[in-house]
Amino acid sequence: MPEHDTGGTLGTPAQEVGGFLRRRSEQVAQRWADEPLFRTVFTVSRDEAVEAGKAIVDALAHVADTQRVEDPDAAGFTGVREQLARMGAARSRAGLSATQVSAELAALLPPVENLLVADLDGQEPERVRECTTALSVLMGTLRLVAMQTALSEVQALTDRQRLQLLEVATPVIKLWDGIVAVPLIGTLDSARSQVVMETLLEAVVDQHARFAILDITGVPTVDSLVAQHLMKTVAAARLMGAECVVSGIRPAIAQTMVHLGLDLGTVKTRASLADALGYCLHELGANIVNAAPDGAGRR
Amino acid sequence: MSEGFSRPVAGHVPVLRLGDVLLVTLQGDLYDSMAHQLQQDLSETISRSRVTGVVIDISGVEMVDSFLGRVLAEIAAQTELLAARTVVAGMRPAVAITLVELGLTLPGLRTALTTEAAMELLAQPIVPSRAGGVREESP
Repeated sequence: MPEHDTGGTLGTPAQEVGGFLRRRSEQVAQRWADEPLFRTVFTVSRDEAVEAGKAIVDALAHVADTQRVEDPDAAGFTGVREQLARMGAARSRAGLSATQVSAELAALLPPVENLLVADLDGQEPERVRECTTALSVLMGTLRLVAMQTALSEVQALTDRQRLQLLEVATPVIKLWDGIVAVPLIGTLDSARSQVVMETLLEAVVDQHARFAILDITGVPTVDSLVAQHLMKTVAAARLMGAECVVSGIRPAIAQTMVHLGLDLGTVKTRASLADALGYCLHELGANIVNAAPDGAGRR
Repeated sequence: MSEGFSRPVAGHVPVLRLGDVLLVTLQGDLYDSMAHQLQQDLSETISRSRVTGVVIDISGVEMVDSFLGRVLAEIAAQTELLAARTVVAGMRPAVAITLVELGLTLPGLRTALTTEAAMELLAQPIVPSRAGGVREESP
């Protein structure tokens, strides 16, 4: 921290910057309110933008006082993290990339720097240079904190969505007494296949289902891994005393499976969910007949 | 070997006779000695009493290993030799998943959801076409 070691009679450059920020917080905030970052986030009123700017200036002054200008974990930043995250999120929603948001944050430096230079007018050039360096470092740290916060927000969102996907994507539907079905949608990975297997088997127990239909109409691709998972599910259902029918294998997928040499010989397959249901009902001893074979579908 | 089919002796698995069917209920851990004793008891009882079916209820079994899987397969094979059919009933999902993950899909084994379904299955003629989850894979 070279800029700290050369502290003169007025304290270290960082402390000097802290004092400046405290004195001029109103002016800094006013200038920031005109910058794109604040102008676009706080569209309702300019006062709001000035208030937000002041909060950040205060936090920066606090950090500068503690002389930890290059430490993004400094205690002073904790108070404004939420606000920075909100601003970052608003800009991301507006379609800006992380780099662009970062550039907008960087644009906050010149107005403050100009003010600082004006404020230090009359002091030694060496001293002025040190103070501006300290300010740049401080603003750089602010940028880092903002990006960090935004990243952790995104991470939390991704984690939440992954969990939701696992829960939402595997409903078990009761089609008939003793027949349950799982319509599989989207790509199957090991984690999802595991959830599918567990929920299906639980449903088999709960609903005393003798037949379980796995409908893979919504699965875009089937590779050997997915096929293996299907076979495992079928085998587990059989061990429990239920029969598993796989339906909805699309023509292209059927071709791929044959080319890959996947053997589903031990698995009962049907072209569509309707066929599978028909098969299960027949096996249960229920027959479906058209009441009016000639007239049905005419009207 | 004492007479009768019910043997509540400690370390033994009770084998109950219900008409033409023997009912075995496994609960908790099945130790090697118990398993061997059960296999022996079953084969002797079948040969002596000419029952036509064995129902093994494993709904009380929460943990499973390859040993239990092998025991079930062996019991099924040996009762088959004595002209009786074995149905394993009430396997829990977790147990089924574990067996499959272990690679033990037990292809020759008859299975049923519940003991009731197993009895129904055994009441049917020898060539079963549906019911109770009989899966004798045919090409």
